[in-house]
Amino acid sequence: MTARSKRSALVALLGCLLLAGAVATPVAPARAVTPQEMLPDKALEARARDISTGLRCLVCQNQSIDDSDAPLAHDLRVLVRERLQAGDTDAQVRDFVVARYGEFVLLKPPFSAETVLLWLMPLLVLLGAVVILRNSFRVPREAAAATSGREPVAKLTPEEQAALDALLKSDEPKTS
Amino acid sequence: MIIEIGHFALILALLVAAAQTFIPAWGAAKRDARLMAFGEPAALSQVGLILIAFLALTHAYVTSDFSVANVAANSHSSKPLIYRISGVWGNHEGSMLLWVLILAVFGAAVALFGNNLPATLRANVLSVQSSIALAFLLFILITSNPFERLDPAPLDGRGLNPILQDPALAFHPPFLYMGYVGFSLAFSFAIAALIEGRTDAAWARWVRPWTLLAWMCLTIGIAMGSWWAYYELGWGGWWFWDPVENASFMPWLAGTALLHSALVMEKREALKVWTILLAILTFSLSLMGTFLVRSGVLSSVHAFAVDPGRGVFVLSIMLLFTGGGLTLFAYRARDLSQGGIFSPISREGSLVLNNVLLTTACATVFVGTLYPLALESLTGAKISVGPPYFNMTFVPLMFPLLLALPLGPLLAWKRADLAAAMERLIVAGVLALIVIVVSFAATERGPWLAPFGFAIGVWVMAGALSETAFRIKLGKAPLSESFRRLVNLPRAAVGTMLAHFGVGLMVCGIVGTSAYKSEAILLMRPGDRTEIAGYELAFRGAAPSKGPNYTETLGVFDVTRGGSPVTRLEPSKRLYDAPPQPTSEAGIHPSWRGDLYAVIGDQQPDGAFAVRLYFHPLVRFIWIGALIMFFGGAVSLSDRRLRVGAPQRRSSRAPVGVPAE
Repeated sequence: MTARSKRSALVALLGCLLLAGAVATPVAPARAVTPQEMLPDKALEARARDISTGLRCLVCQNQSIDDSDAPLAHDLRVLVRERLQAGDTDAQVRDFVVARYGEFVLLKPPFSAETVLLWLMPLLVLLGAVVILRNSFRVPREAAAATSGREPVAKLTPEEQAALDALLKSDEPKTS
Repeated sequence: MIIEIGHFALILALLVAAAQTFIPAWGAAKRDARLMAFGEPAALSQVGLILIAFLALTHAYVTSDFSVANVAANSHSSKPLIYRISGVWGNHEGSMLLWVLILAVFGAAVALFGNNLPATLRANVLSVQSSIALAFLLFILITSNPFERLDPAPLDGRGLNPILQDPALAFHPPFLYMGYVGFSLAFSFAIAALIEGRTDAAWARWVRPWTLLAWMCLTIGIAMGSWWAYYELGWGGWWFWDPVENASFMPWLAGTALLHSALVMEKREALKVWTILLAILTFSLSLMGTFLVRSGVLSSVHAFAVDPGRGVFVLSIMLLFTGGGLTLFAYRARDLSQGGIFSPISREGSLVLNNVLLTTACATVFVGTLYPLALESLTGAKISVGPPYFNMTFVPLMFPLLLALPLGPLLAWKRADLAAAMERLIVAGVLALIVIVVSFAATERGPWLAPFGFAIGVWVMAGALSETAFRIKLGKAPLSESFRRLVNLPRAAVGTMLAHFGVGLMVCGIVGTSAYKSEAILLMRPGDRTEIAGYELAFRGAAPSKGPNYTETLGVFDVTRGGSPVTRLEPSKRLYDAPPQPTSEAGIHPSWRGDLYAVIGDQQPDGAFAVRLYFHPLVRFIWIGALIMFFGGAVSLSDRRLRVGAPQRRSSRAPVGVPAE
């Protein structure tokens, strides 16, 4: 899914209420890209938007520069468009921004020594879960043999055993 | 005076909780019926006392008593009544009070309806539940007291953030909390089972309805938050993979897995150890969500370090219950007997697959949310984990889950015939193929994966219906016979069908709006016309107007389609009085095809307005799907066999006749 998942400064506010509270910081509604910033060349503008959704607004909380209306985000959007107009490829534009602001600016962290666990963890957990739950299975033949017998039942507690004994005792005179 | 009564009631509640934490558990250990019986009146008085505290704070909000610091900081006399009430939980202190209130309500439910539970189990559950309340009551009274006074009292309050003054958001936190905190009951039952060293089908039979109720509330709570974000934030985004959203999504994923594994435990006495572990983890994730949001650690690791008081307290609570629960689990889990053997191709097997994928998905969200925090505190390196990461890791995990979903309910317990189950899904499969062809033919743009996404959504929906059709022998028996079977279908089976159908509908909505959204950002002068997604919009101009506690600039767009009038959209830009803050209210025209969505921005020096127009295809399916899932849960909950407090039955009776869900 190519959800261009956009976000807004207000997600900070989602925090305020979602799980609630905290001091609400005044944040303006997202306006982000303005008509004046947009490039006349539609293909170039589409590339600019695509790059922008992957770049983090450095002064916001978890927001891409495409969604943020912070002044810094505006500057970065203009910068991205300038680089594109100068003929850079998408990768060159990203490298340029990373060289200036560090890898923190990338919303999709690159695979590196520091992020190796981040990227591999889903796979490791999947394997782990399979291993843990594999104990629940038996080979079908074994299962067929086992299920023909009685199923294991939870043991009685001392009280239940006592109650059962009492019941059995009270029945004894009648049956014997 | 009333506020002092509330404060006093909260302190009394703390004392009651302390007594309830120790006495019933002690009684259970000594097998002393009188000590165990203490739990019931304690749980009821605890909920009564916390309710008094909560009502006292609500009273202060409704009457705008600004001598209460919490009210002065978060309310304003000009706010409409509904937002004065929702303001109670729109801040840190009040929301924590709501948290313990709901916790106590769930505890009281065990006291009221738990007469058929074994006495020791019930006593232990009430003690564990009360220990959670004890920890959070201490937290409130020591670090977050909502009853503190101000002297002198200010003339007016600082107001509630206007973006939060919204009907959907007013009731979003209570639902979310009922979900979060509802999982505490599953946790308490799990701990009690570990203390006793035994569980049986009755355990799962008790845990499942409460987990289902919590799951329903969490589903609707998350959906409300997403719906609010969609229309309030001004461009129609509905999910952002934000840490705060993830904090509520992780317990939902784990809770969904728990619902399904508890099913196996109830019907087949299998997966006991796993279900108990999942119950502990689900509530631990709820606690972690509370920690993430309450501690401020999300906004910055440094903010947390600078003012660690609250954060460290919640972190300690989280570590105590998670660590304690898992330690107990490690010691006692092997004492639990494992039963119910099954082959991989079986109903149990499909539910295991569901659990593997859901827990992995949950772990993925967990890693993505916490990795930047962990990396920064360990190495100081700062990275960002945004939506691209989750789209690349979480979304692929959903594909096998959704593909296998319709098969699960068609498989028999213990050992199933996969080919026979597939055969019953032929209609669903054919429908899915048709959808692929039609979507490719009907759309000229969009990613190539999107038609397959639609097909998966249709596959899930049609699969859910096929299962019901099979159960009522639709087409195989006379219509009257099918109708009789439909009426007699267990409600739990209907609930399953509805919930699964809702998932499919939601998938279609997500695919539609993600892949085929249209957007236009432009400058418009009064009289200008434009076009988007087959609609023609004429901008009539914008004029100022005044609301109860805001002023706004209201834009007017006349919308036509093919020349005939459709609607008039009136998006506005508001400026609230207190606090003075701008918001934008979108103009939305819903239709079965999708939503036309207009937002008006700033006026330029030359008189033109910045206008943003969107068309979000099928977007409503997302929330309608969530609603259907909610109602599926409700229908299932109304099943007599699941009814809270219904007499226990031996599990061996359940598989007879119509297989129960």
